[in-house]
Amino acid sequence: MKEGTRHFVQQRATAVVLAPLGIWFVVSLLSIKSFTYLDVTRFVAQPINAVLMSLLGLTLSYHSYLGAQVVIDDYVHSQWLNRAVSTVAQLSHIAVFLVIPYAVWQIGTGA
Amino acid sequence: MTLSILHRISGVALSVGLLVLAMWLMQAAAGPENYQYFRVAMATPFGSVLLVCWSFAFFLHLGNGIRHLVWDTGRGFEKAQANASAWFVLLFAVILTAAFWMLRA
Repeated sequence: MKEGTRHFVQQRATAVVLAPLGIWFVVSLLSIKSFTYLDVTRFVAQPINAVLMSLLGLTLSYHSYLGAQVVIDDYVHSQWLNRAVSTVAQLSHIAVFLVIPYAVWQIGTGA
Repeated sequence: MTLSILHRISGVALSVGLLVLAMWLMQAAAGPENYQYFRVAMATPFGSVLLVCWSFAFFLHLGNGIRHLVWDTGRGFEKAQANASAWFVLLFAVILTAAFWMLRA
């Protein structure tokens, strides 16, 4: 698959997954009684919520990474600056990609 | 036309929001004390304004994202249709943001 085509497909595929996950997330935010430590950890620790929250984190980090790269390439023309900003974006997205499922796992096993 | 730049701006805002989402879960995993710091920070006027902005950005990006997915199927391209769907998405985002915070209040 060509680079541009692959980007197009990945961008759309993550978008299609994110629409229902995003709606689930917003409904969840409404369903959590209060944002106290106890209520939030209890919510995240539910197996179904843990799975969906991790899935949201993974899909969202990738979708966000794809979008951020497009914006960076469109607005940051200087080659070294583009490379620097892209690297920061890549590293922070990798960090989020790893941290969200890890945090969910910690909450699920620790609470 | 305007929505296309708003789609970018909301996307970038949501990318920053993703960092805060990760921080929220990290602090919840770190224990009650850490979590309380995060909660207090988000409850400040500045934090609240950010949360409202992120919710609006979310609904706008979701609505316009679906509009783009419909376009991908080859439908809704006509100028009148595109204009109508743009207004619909904007209205959708405003109403859902208001509804969300009314339910959350």
